Amino acid sequence: MAEIHVDCRNETCPIPLVEARKALRKAAPGDIVEIRGTHPASRKEIPMAVDALGLELLSVEGSDTDWVIRIRR
Amino acid sequence: MEAQRTTIVVASGDMDKLYSTLIIANGSLAMGMEVSLYFTFWGLLRLKKGGLEKGPLSKMHLLGLGKLMMTLRMKKARVATLEKLMQDFKELGGKVIACEMTMEIMGLTKEDLRQDLVDEYGAVGTYIQDARKSNITLFI
Repeated sequence: MAEIHVDCRNETCPIPLVEARKALRKAAPGDIVEIRGTHPASRKEIPMAVDALGLELLSVEGSDTDWVIRIRR
Repeated sequence: MEAQRTTIVVASGDMDKLYSTLIIANGSLAMGMEVSLYFTFWGLLRLKKGGLEKGPLSKMHLLGLGKLMMTLRMKKARVATLEKLMQDFKELGGKVIACEMTMEIMGLTKEDLRQDLVDEYGAVGTYIQDARKSNITLFI
C-alpha cells in the first residue's frame, strides 16, 4: 500500500480541499493520503469531505495554521 | 447510490462572479458531488479563446484599475488563477455546457470557444433535466 504526500502549505481556499480530492482520486483503495497545510478552514473542511466521500479519517494533527491530515482511501 | 449534484447557471462574465462559480463548483467536486456549469449570455464570453481571465469586476472596476488592484491583492493572498481553477474543475470531472442560443446571438461558432473546456452544447431543456436532479442549483 502506498502513502501519498500532498503539500498545500501557504495555499488558500479552495486549493487544499481540491488537492486532497485529486490525491484521493488517484490513490488505490487502502492507500494513505497525507495532506499538510496552513489554511485554517481546510483543517475543518477536509474531514467533512472525507466523511461525505465515505473514507476513513485517520488523524488530524497540529494547529489551525499548520496541520497534517491523514486519510485512508 | 447516485451521486449528489450541483448545477450552476453562469450568466455573468464578471471576474469575481466567475471566481464564486468555480470555487463553489470545485468545492462540490472535492466533497464528492457531480457538477455541471451552464455558460450563458455574458458568462459564455469567458469560454472564448483567451477570454477566461478577461472579465471585469462587478463593482469598483474603475476602467480596469480596480481589477488590477484586486488581481494584485489576490496574487499576494495566493488565490489561484481562474485558469488553474478551471483545470482543476475539469480534472475532477466537472462538466461545462455552452448555451447554443447565446452563441447564435453573439455570433460565436464552436471554433471561437475553447474546445478543451466545453463538454456539450445545450439549451434550457438540458439544464432543467439536470437541475431537477440537483441538490444545489445556483444562478450566478
